[in-house]
Amino acid sequence: MDLQFILFFVFGTLAIASASATVLSKNPVVSAMALVFHFCTLACVYFTLNAQFVGALQVLVYAGAIMILVIFVIMLLNLGNEKAFAEKFNYRKGIAIMLGASFIIMLATSFLSKNYITNQMPASSLKNGTVEKIGLDLFTSYIYPFEAIALLLCVAVVGAIILAKKKISH
Amino acid sequence: MNTANITWMLAETGIKAFVIVNIILVMASAEVWLERKVCAWIQKRNGPNRVGPFGLLQPFADVVKLFMKEDIIPAAASKNFHRLAPLLSLMMAVAVYAVIPYANYVDVMGHRVYLGIAPNLNIGLLYILAMTTLGVYGITLAGWSSNNKYSLLGGLRSSAQMISYELSMGMALIGVVLVSGTLCLNGVIDKQVGWFWHWNVFCQPIAFIIFTVASFAETNRAPFDLPEAEPELVGGFNTEYSGMKFGMFFLAEYANMATASCFIAILFFGGWQLPFPQEMLGLKDGSVQLALAQFSSFFIKMLLFIFFFIWVRWTVPRFRYDQLMSLGWKILLPLSILNALFTAIAIIVFKL
Repeated sequence: MDLQFILFFVFGTLAIASASATVLSKNPVVSAMALVFHFCTLACVYFTLNAQFVGALQVLVYAGAIMILVIFVIMLLNLGNEKAFAEKFNYRKGIAIMLGASFIIMLATSFLSKNYITNQMPASSLKNGTVEKIGLDLFTSYIYPFEAIALLLCVAVVGAIILAKKKISH
Repeated sequence: MNTANITWMLAETGIKAFVIVNIILVMASAEVWLERKVCAWIQKRNGPNRVGPFGLLQPFADVVKLFMKEDIIPAAASKNFHRLAPLLSLMMAVAVYAVIPYANYVDVMGHRVYLGIAPNLNIGLLYILAMTTLGVYGITLAGWSSNNKYSLLGGLRSSAQMISYELSMGMALIGVVLVSGTLCLNGVIDKQVGWFWHWNVFCQPIAFIIFTVASFAETNRAPFDLPEAEPELVGGFNTEYSGMKFGMFFLAEYANMATASCFIAILFFGGWQLPFPQEMLGLKDGSVQLALAQFSSFFIKMLLFIFFFIWVRWTVPRFRYDQLMSLGWKILLPLSILNALFTAIAIIVFKL
């Protein structure tokens, strides 16, 4: 047994547990904090797969920047129990279960058919996760998708500014 | 990796982590003493001078006092988060030290031991940024879970402030990363080898200023200590904390100050590099003497910055909230982006 392999399972289990806690908890702050913990364990899973850069960004961007804003809003609004509107949207549950199940079936078929499941890591994966390699790939082979994403983000920022600057008139 | 290697690695990391965590906590109490002494000098007082020689044992007496105090959790507080918050604060403050290099390396019995837990981590800089952002949760949760409007305001202020200054901090770092070409802390230090004018502070002065200002905001120190502004918010986010839980916030604040000082010393002042070429000492790489010299060089730089932090706190008055925000968003952020841009252009034009 490899150390990386054991750690992968430990963090994987923790990630699944915290993701379930996010969905199942009725308290919005507990839910949000479970999601933060989930992002951290997910980052650890990336580390065990030699994807250091992705792992660091996972913590920095998702756990650090995005979730702090979510928590900020939850605290400002001081949301209480969500019980009041839990029963209102019952039909959504059925659709969600159907979509989730079809996703799991899709994953299972694609993995089982091609013998993807292995605990061997290719030696090249050690290099693939570093900042240098990802940077080089982004700015050479994938420059057009990268620029397209930059444009998309720019549009989003402009949209946000317009929404924020709009005067509310009655 | 075979079993012997793993055992050696675990033992080495464990010992280093134990020593480093203890040093951080003792350093934090030493900083409290230093803070009180320096503030006393600035205000023409004597400062603590009763417990031990020069009052040196005062912080330990304070810790004993905090342990003896009753630990109160408000009845309407969200209990588990109230307990979790100080732990989270201290945990993130200590976690940062995993990547900080204290000296180069020592050769012990054929093994090359790097001084620092993981100083050669490929993503060292990102790791530190990630851990400092996670530190916000401790303060925010403390503010929210106390169920007290002053605490909540303090927590909200702190998170808003840290998000705002994180950006300019990251953008200022890009200049340094461009110059050194790596995110690994030992790599950044290796680039500043030789005489002291090779230090990054001389080729990235704007990044240095932005980074220092942002560090003050990130550590919630004056003039950016709005989350705990006494006149308006009672005690800020830690109003409802007592006993050692308050002590943990206190420790985390001082540990963060030491972190920021280490970080400034590493990025802009050569870290463990001596101010002159180390060949002049005539010691060979990997010897204990050279490591000691490097460690003292690093430690002196760090102490100087801690002193600077304290000096600023007792000299400069607190910002108003809108001033804080406009400084962060309208001055530091554009300046740091311009700095990154000009650094990139300079590197391309002069083929550095």
